[in-house]
Amino acid sequence: MDISTRKPQAGDDDTVSAGAATTPAPSDPGPDGKPAPTSGAPRTARGTTRRGDRVFLGLSRGSGILLLAVMAAIAVFLSYRAALAISKDQGNFLTTFEWDPNSTEPVFGIAVLAFGTVVSSVIAMVIAVPVAVAIALFLTHYAPRRLSGPIAYVVDLLAAVPSIVYGLWGALVLVPHMNGLFSWLNEYLGWTGLFSWQGGPARSMLTVGILLAIMILPVITNVSREVFRQVPKAHEEAALALGATRWEVIRMSVLPFGRSGVISASMLGLGRALGETMAVATVLSPTFDIQASLLDPGGGTFAQNIASKFGEANEQGRDALIASGLVLFVITLLVNGAARVIIARRKEYSGANA
Amino acid sequence: MAKRIDVSGLSAFYGAHKAIEDISMTIEPRSVTAFIGPSGCGKSTFLRTLNRMHEVVPGGRVEGKVMLDDEDLYGPGIDPVSVRREVGMVFQRPNPFPTMSIYDNVAAGLRLNGSYKKSELDGVVEQSLRGANLWNEVKDRLNKPGSGLSGGQQQRLCIARATAVQPKVLLMDEPCSALDPISTLAIEDLIGELKEQYTIVIVTHNMQQAARVSDRTAFFNLEAIGRPGKLIEIDETERIFSNPSVQDTEDYISGRFG
Repeated sequence: MDISTRKPQAGDDDTVSAGAATTPAPSDPGPDGKPAPTSGAPRTARGTTRRGDRVFLGLSRGSGILLLAVMAAIAVFLSYRAALAISKDQGNFLTTFEWDPNSTEPVFGIAVLAFGTVVSSVIAMVIAVPVAVAIALFLTHYAPRRLSGPIAYVVDLLAAVPSIVYGLWGALVLVPHMNGLFSWLNEYLGWTGLFSWQGGPARSMLTVGILLAIMILPVITNVSREVFRQVPKAHEEAALALGATRWEVIRMSVLPFGRSGVISASMLGLGRALGETMAVATVLSPTFDIQASLLDPGGGTFAQNIASKFGEANEQGRDALIASGLVLFVITLLVNGAARVIIARRKEYSGANA
Repeated sequence: MAKRIDVSGLSAFYGAHKAIEDISMTIEPRSVTAFIGPSGCGKSTFLRTLNRMHEVVPGGRVEGKVMLDDEDLYGPGIDPVSVRREVGMVFQRPNPFPTMSIYDNVAAGLRLNGSYKKSELDGVVEQSLRGANLWNEVKDRLNKPGSGLSGGQQQRLCIARATAVQPKVLLMDEPCSALDPISTLAIEDLIGELKEQYTIVIVTHNMQQAARVSDRTAFFNLEAIGRPGKLIEIDETERIFSNPSVQDTEDYISGRFG
């Protein structure tokens, strides 16, 4: 929209209407964007809308509207195509253990994908969150300044590695080196069923989870570090003056203050883990079944399934993949909502009001 | 329970900058000693050397000797953490732990020192809150967050938290500067009661307050900005405010500078 030729409308522009109150004659902007000369009235700071203000207003408002429009378009597109696919599904979309959407009698369901996505992400979180929080605490409260700079830089570098490189590293280096860990887990924890292993290649959920943990480590570490750095000095000194050791200061002041921030950071990481595509597709050897063991190869995730099935899919198959993508979107939404509830529930006790 | 503090030849540094120089004084037990002086003269820095909080600041360093009865606080092998368990501190701005309830705030110090039975904790919490003249106001909401109290109540909560661990000395760094006159009065009354049991040191910018609450007053000054602060004199509060022995003290108190 060309701002300079736009006609002001009622309630259109707050600054213009505010200006009308202070200048005697509200001036219609001329084609060059400057107000037409008024009857000798002095230009007050509030009363005039300058070109820069209006350009910026238009840009920022336009960006906001554009974002909403894009989101709406995506939602409409996804829902429409997904509805098309689901209406043709001969199996149950939620419970079928099969992915055959290309035939004339399409049968497909997301049970395996939902399970695999959630399990691999949970493994990643269980490993990454404690490590990331520990790194962040080390950087902010233990490491000498000379050391914390370079370490933070290395952590940032982890975030800059493309996910396909992680995938290649995972498939070529991590997978062959998991055998020792897997046989150890099988020997001591195999009886749980979760960690039983039949000796196949380590292209399994646990390997994927470990790889995802490494990938989401930097984002959780960085956000947590920023939160821990913002803990008010007064809170830490309160604990120190009571005779708290360094760890006790962290337990009494730093962790409670940073709690909601760490949850937000974890959710950012979880979002990435849920949607990670290339690394999972490269490492996992997918099968369309759910198994109790985290060590035996098999299973699949939404993003990995879309990436590996998209090439061979026909129109109908693509719609089915879109439907699965929509489910991933809903899961991510639920996870974020849950995190907000956790943060809001203890708002009364949060450090924000101190 | 209260202990005497003997300071000799104490200097404190922030990196290369010397903040206070060669301070020696004796702080009597079961009395209130007030530190007064212009901003930047090192009163707070000196106060923080008395419980080894100064060295928490990056670059903070101390030379000299602080004796708590016959224990050298800066002696070899002395753990600063154990010093701070004996020398409690109340800060300029009330700083209750925001994520803890009123009860947990008071019990925090005790829980650090070891495990207590619930009944023991209950007793100490009630006693400390009564001692801080706060019990009647909060006894029905001990499980509500401490950050929900008014500023004056929060500061009394912080005093209860500091006294719950039965320190030998209580340091107060401008404890009323963020409070209104009524809350200030409540804290001053409390200081008067606490000195029966504790050695109290209070930094204040309010000379009327120093005159009201303290038994002895120390006047600090600095020759110029960037120069280290020094102790000018310490004496009975009455003498400092009526007939100080140094001209600078009289000038400061009568408002001729600073």
